[in-house]
Amino acid sequence: MVKIRFFEDKAYELFSQNMIPGTLHLYAGEEAVAAGVCGNLRIDDYITSTHRGHGHCIAKGGDLKRMMAELMGKKTGYCKGKGGSMHIADMSIGILGAVGIVGAGLPIAVGAGLSAKLRGTDQVCACFFGDGAANNGTFGESLNMAAIWKLPVIFVCENNLYAMSVPYSTAFAVKNIADRAAGYGMPGIVVDGMDVVEVYRATREAVERARRGEGPTLIECKTYRWRGHSRLKAHESKLYDPKEYEIWRRKDPINIFRERGYIEDEMLNKIEEEVASEIEEAVRFAVESPFPEPEEALDDVYA
Amino acid sequence: MREITYREALREALIEEMRRDERVFLLGEDIGPYGGAFQVTQGLIEEFGPERVRDTPISESAIVGTAVGAAMTGMRPVAEIMFGDLTALAMDQICNQAAKIHYMFGGQANVPMVLRTPFGGGVNIAAHHSQSLEAWFMHTPGLEVATPSTPYDAKGLLKTAIRRDNPVIFCEHKVLYPKKGPVPEEEYTIPFGAADVKREGGDITIIATLNMVHKALAAADRLAEDGVDAEVIDPRTLVPLDRKTIAESVMKTHKVVIVTEDCKTGGVSAELMAVVMEEAFDYLDAPIKRVAGTDTPIPFSPPLEGFVIPDEDRIIRAVREIVKGE
Repeated sequence: MVKIRFFEDKAYELFSQNMIPGTLHLYAGEEAVAAGVCGNLRIDDYITSTHRGHGHCIAKGGDLKRMMAELMGKKTGYCKGKGGSMHIADMSIGILGAVGIVGAGLPIAVGAGLSAKLRGTDQVCACFFGDGAANNGTFGESLNMAAIWKLPVIFVCENNLYAMSVPYSTAFAVKNIADRAAGYGMPGIVVDGMDVVEVYRATREAVERARRGEGPTLIECKTYRWRGHSRLKAHESKLYDPKEYEIWRRKDPINIFRERGYIEDEMLNKIEEEVASEIEEAVRFAVESPFPEPEEALDDVYA
Repeated sequence: MREITYREALREALIEEMRRDERVFLLGEDIGPYGGAFQVTQGLIEEFGPERVRDTPISESAIVGTAVGAAMTGMRPVAEIMFGDLTALAMDQICNQAAKIHYMFGGQANVPMVLRTPFGGGVNIAAHHSQSLEAWFMHTPGLEVATPSTPYDAKGLLKTAIRRDNPVIFCEHKVLYPKKGPVPEEEYTIPFGAADVKREGGDITIIATLNMVHKALAAADRLAEDGVDAEVIDPRTLVPLDRKTIAESVMKTHKVVIVTEDCKTGGVSAELMAVVMEEAFDYLDAPIKRVAGTDTPIPFSPPLEGFVIPDEDRIIRAVREIVKGE
């Protein structure tokens, strides 16, 4: 969680200094979801990620240097500068890629689950998606397909209450997205997405169920994005209720973890120190890395 | 050589590749006990079982997305979309995911999948089941596009498609399924990017695809009675495209007619015409003519459908206009 927070804070700082082109969808505030889910996964398990994907990538074990370099469009980045913030993948550790199209990762996760089943492994795939994606057709198609075939997929809905600018209450007639799981014949669980232990426990059960061949689970994590959709700062926008924002800001997943006594201050300080230097190293690596040659735009269209 | 149908040729290719490679599996609507809407997968579930011949719900986006995810993680899926028109339902997974994953992730991931789907009109089932959409996919970098016109090509190209590491849109033609042609018993494959000279001739080059290859050949036979010797070139794969064979034929004949079933505007014929201009403009003795589908949806009533799809007479008329200045 600390690594994700520090990475996102640093990315935001670099973005503000125009060192990162394009845009950023930052994960700060949602750390407990990625950490709680990926804490249950093996290196050979899969994840599919979203346009707000840095946290998933870090929690699955992604290399900060290659991530930071990719954010800056450098040759040494995960995608050689072809993907940027929204499209980081690391096939060597099961990160099947972040997708920039809302809802597009769900059927791909079903495919990874099917592949694990056909190959006879006990791998699982955790499929991250937002509340916005739960209103896309791929949600229904994918949950149904995973359920009828009992595939080892854990559908992790990060309900951060906004689909770009549209609040949850405007886009849903149901209280919980997890309620929809019943319609597809799988367990639907609502968890506090700011509590990493709660996310971890729910995911552990879902992963065990998936590995036993009993099929998918839908876990809805109630969470909040601290920095708005992309360029937009949440707390500076008239779209957001300042009271709501303050309430959620107080639910800091790292603080909650500390306050509940899961970690001692000394240990947390040590982790923060280590992570800070790791982030500095990643930034240095990214800054010092060369940009790709323009002609490299022509490479890798076909395998 | 024995003669089998286009449908049987496709089925043989699937069977041979599934026996050869355990990673190959099929998914799509009604492909199991029913055998596929066009009966291409008939009987396959009996040999390979429901795990490898997977009947799916009516969920085109999930069918293609599942194939993408499986392909990225070590399998070689062959997805069937029942009618080409229905690929529209899966367009994100085809054009944003399958096509871009290798590139966007810097070459880290491959998507070795095949999407089989029938295009084309001629069987009176109107605008939602008759389009020829090859150009949509040709226009999307990252996809390969195969367009077999004969049983021989169908089998050889499908076997190659399954072995390719890129996503392949395998465009079949529903009128061709019952058509017979020679197919050897022994194993063979056909490389992508190798056009086939379906008929040699010295007076004019007719470039045609899918069912139009047969109409072009029939037109060429009638033209021969009239003393016009037409060469018929079938690109066989639109991506990669064999520009060299096309150019060589034009350099020999100096005249070109392009025949495709898809609508004219922004169509396959437009791209083929541009290729001739880029590769062999100096060798042309006359402007290139296109015989393409009309810029309309495909209508239902037989005389209407017959009007919008190119026929032999239109091809002959186009050739005569060039060769004899008629």
